[in-house]
Amino acid sequence: MDHPTTSTLLSWMLFTPLAGVVTITALVGTGIFAKSKMNELSRAIALFCSAVPLVLGIYLWANYDGASTQVQFVHHFAWISSLNVEYFVGVDGTSVSLVVLSALVSFIATIASMPWCQGKSHLDDHHFTQHKVPGYMAMLLLLQVGMTGTFISLDFFLFYVFWEVMLLPMYFLIGIWGGPRKEYAAIKFFLYTLAGSVLMLLALIALYYRGPLVPGADGIAHHTFNMLTMRDHAADYLVAPAILGVQFTHIVWIGLFIGFAIKVPMFPFHTWLPDAHVEAPTPISVILAGVLLKMGSYGMLRVNWAILPEATRWASYAVALLGTINIVYAAFVCLAQRDLKKLIAYSSVSHMGFVLLGMASLTPQGIEGAVLQMFTHGIISPMLFLIVGVIYDRAHHRNIEGFGGLAVQVPEYTAMMGLAFFASMGLPGLAGFVGEFLVFSGAFPIFQLLTILSATSVVITAAYYLWTIQRVFLGKLNEKYKDLIDLNWRERMTLYPLAAMALWLGFYPQAVLGLVHSGMDQLLRSIHAG
Amino acid sequence: MDNVLSLRFFGPQLVLTVAATLLFLIDLAARNHPRRVAVLSGFTLFSLAVAGVLTATMPSETRLLFGGLLGHDKLAVFFDFLFLAAAALTVLLCIPSRKEIVSARLGEFYALLLILVLGLYLMAGATDLLTAYLGIEIVSLMSYVLAGFRTGDRKSNEASLKYVVYGGVASGVMLYGMSILYGLFGTTHLVGVGSIASQMTGMTSSLFAARVFEGQAAAELSLIVAVIFMTAGVGYKIASVPFHMWCPDVYEGAPTPFTAFLSVGPKAAGFAIAIRIFMSVFTGHGVTDVPWPAVVGVLSAVTMTLGNFSALGQTNLKRMLAYSSIAHAGYILMGLAAANALGVESVMLYLVIYLVMNVGAFLCVIIVAESAGSESILAYRGLAARAPLVAIGFAIFLFALTGLPPFAGFIGKYYLFAAIVQKGGFWYAWLAIIGIVNSAVSLYYYARIVRAMFLEEAPPATSLTTPRLYSTMLVALALPTLLLIVYWTPVTAWAHASFANLAG
Repeated sequence: MDHPTTSTLLSWMLFTPLAGVVTITALVGTGIFAKSKMNELSRAIALFCSAVPLVLGIYLWANYDGASTQVQFVHHFAWISSLNVEYFVGVDGTSVSLVVLSALVSFIATIASMPWCQGKSHLDDHHFTQHKVPGYMAMLLLLQVGMTGTFISLDFFLFYVFWEVMLLPMYFLIGIWGGPRKEYAAIKFFLYTLAGSVLMLLALIALYYRGPLVPGADGIAHHTFNMLTMRDHAADYLVAPAILGVQFTHIVWIGLFIGFAIKVPMFPFHTWLPDAHVEAPTPISVILAGVLLKMGSYGMLRVNWAILPEATRWASYAVALLGTINIVYAAFVCLAQRDLKKLIAYSSVSHMGFVLLGMASLTPQGIEGAVLQMFTHGIISPMLFLIVGVIYDRAHHRNIEGFGGLAVQVPEYTAMMGLAFFASMGLPGLAGFVGEFLVFSGAFPIFQLLTILSATSVVITAAYYLWTIQRVFLGKLNEKYKDLIDLNWRERMTLYPLAAMALWLGFYPQAVLGLVHSGMDQLLRSIHAG
Repeated sequence: MDNVLSLRFFGPQLVLTVAATLLFLIDLAARNHPRRVAVLSGFTLFSLAVAGVLTATMPSETRLLFGGLLGHDKLAVFFDFLFLAAAALTVLLCIPSRKEIVSARLGEFYALLLILVLGLYLMAGATDLLTAYLGIEIVSLMSYVLAGFRTGDRKSNEASLKYVVYGGVASGVMLYGMSILYGLFGTTHLVGVGSIASQMTGMTSSLFAARVFEGQAAAELSLIVAVIFMTAGVGYKIASVPFHMWCPDVYEGAPTPFTAFLSVGPKAAGFAIAIRIFMSVFTGHGVTDVPWPAVVGVLSAVTMTLGNFSALGQTNLKRMLAYSSIAHAGYILMGLAAANALGVESVMLYLVIYLVMNVGAFLCVIIVAESAGSESILAYRGLAARAPLVAIGFAIFLFALTGLPPFAGFIGKYYLFAAIVQKGGFWYAWLAIIGIVNSAVSLYYYARIVRAMFLEEAPPATSLTTPRLYSTMLVALALPTLLLIVYWTPVTAWAHASFANLAG
């Protein structure tokens, strides 16, 4: 078997949260602890089980060899030999950054789910920190299993299972602990994502049966789900029989792409996102924006770009066009929002458009910029959603027009929000800038018109952010909020690490780019070959 | 094989016959026994276990019994185990139930159930048109009685009547198809010397003769008509369109434990007969190609679409699950439409998984109906707060029925889709696309129940008690549904081995 096991570290990162889920379920099931005791205990378990992957993730980042083009930290053994499904996890430059990101964001979301330092904010019994706590913590951990598993799986079947595992906890987290229209938002999210992933399932099976035959664990030649083998045999798919009169690679590419694009979310499949974000509790929005959206673009890169390079070239203009629509259209939609959280949600749609544009350019700067944009957006958007959560917990509404002059009353909060807004806007020196710049410089030689159109969004983005700052923080203090309290320690614990990362990556983006760069040559060679 | 030697392979059927007869006597003797339910259920379970042991210990060779009327092979044994498991689960469902079946008539219920299982055995082993018809009719007759078992209940009576009328039509059509087959081939044997299967390949067949005399078109047409008519009998048993109309009313009216049985036992038997007839008689022969995969494929697409879209608007859980079971018949037909070993194995695998998750779902319906007295979706509001175990178990079964990983239903569905994608081609691609659209649609109505249980508030002051036997069963059925994803090789290996060597 190629790629023998070198480390079980990734499996520990993957299964520690699952162990937490099992422990919480077992403790609740046996009922040995009283309800309030159980709440405390499940919070402790959740904190522990999401801290462990973070520590391991930092170790992973520190020990990842950025110069190598091979997948590292491989854990690999045969699972279902009759299908040749393997348990095969490992990381390359793109996935290592996203694994670490998901560990970080999950841990921060777990802290944000704690009822610490409530002060005078009066959270009622239905607040997500108070209501059905063990269930919430179990679902949060299960979500982390799904995300981590998706980023580290190198076997397509395994990838698909983890991709789907993430659906259920998300449905319940929005549906049970969400806002007033939680039921609608939860089922909408569920149906959209499922519709995409069943398409992906068909494409997966088609890739499997039309792919190469390799000797399996039982010595017989089998088809394979191994994504690296699929990538190395990409030429096999060019000669596969057409489906429904469309060339095999193209139709499979489309099936996969729709599945991933729904998650990104790409126009016109983006409408679930604002609903899900607005209704989801703050920590879930944090995970949704910070990590879940990246699963879509990561999937494209891992599957569409790597396994079907010819079809990627064929479709690249369409992807760039859709990316541009994402960027510009969502930015205009932001201008019209009154709900602060909805504004942030649409700004996510806009920023994920840069990822699509960069990836579609098929240039080194473009794709590296896209990956960096995934990472920095994964730092900045959680910050934005946490900031919205802070004000919502205090004021119990999110209407932008309903505040005013808060800078006087809550200076620390204002500073944080300013930092996050400017980072998201792409101000040089902050994290958002480098990704956007690389995307623009990578895409401009290829799609001049689309890049110019996209660049206009920088102005619109500045407009909606600055206008929001003006309406919320500047001017005369709204009398209703003269007792508003500033950040508490729990909120500081969630916001400051992210703020530090946003600054650090603004000055030293090489920390991520250095990881990504090594794998890029191979990918681009295969895309531009033949 | 002659009749006396054949008896060695007929042990389970004999045990079931004797046990059914004895049950009527025990029923009389235990009329006033204080532990009547335990005695009757115990005896029934015991006889099912004996039948199971006999089925398991029979030699695994492939034989034709009673001069070709019955076949003994691993395929039949595979399905026999499904039937026994379904029957045993049904008996267990009856034990703590107070509302579904009155204890005075419990003996009668069990006896008829055992005869029904006997009919299923005959269906699974039928290698002759006569035994196939006999098996189907035994199963139908018993089902008519058991569906109308709650004599005081109008819905139950209605169910029984509808079942009889549709059953009569379907079996008439099937019999007509069989008579055409007999006319074409001059035999009722499906496999073996001089049988339909051997004539399909042989140069001596009347079809071949018809070709020589240029009458082939008519002969082929009548063969196709015969096969389509035969499908009526099968379609009726598995509740596929257009023979599905009985299904919602019968499922709703019949006692729920029997509904659970109906949704898995006879459905599996219908597929057993279909697999045997289609795969060992009408597949891979040179003289005439019968386009049965196309017929099955169309039925599959129509069945799952109609089932899923009709289920969307249901508010009675038993009706919803009835439409869901129609939809599942459609999914399973997808595997059969692939018309190869991979397809048939995916059908068999799915039937095993479907048995577990569907009986589990009905178990949850029974638990709620026993306490709340209602099968309406309104009775499920806030179930997660009132009975967490039932709610979580039900959610697991429902998501498994949707086909979501990591639940067992996903494995079943994966293999079904794999079978038709592997087959490839224009029509199979469309069938696969219809299949996945249906999977996504089905989520909506399954999630409606989950939403009622988890997302909506409980009506005040309604408690729910779960008998210990039911909670044990719930866990016993939920665990495999949840954990099969970790390692499912044994089930696929079992299905693979069972289809390897058909009698004939």
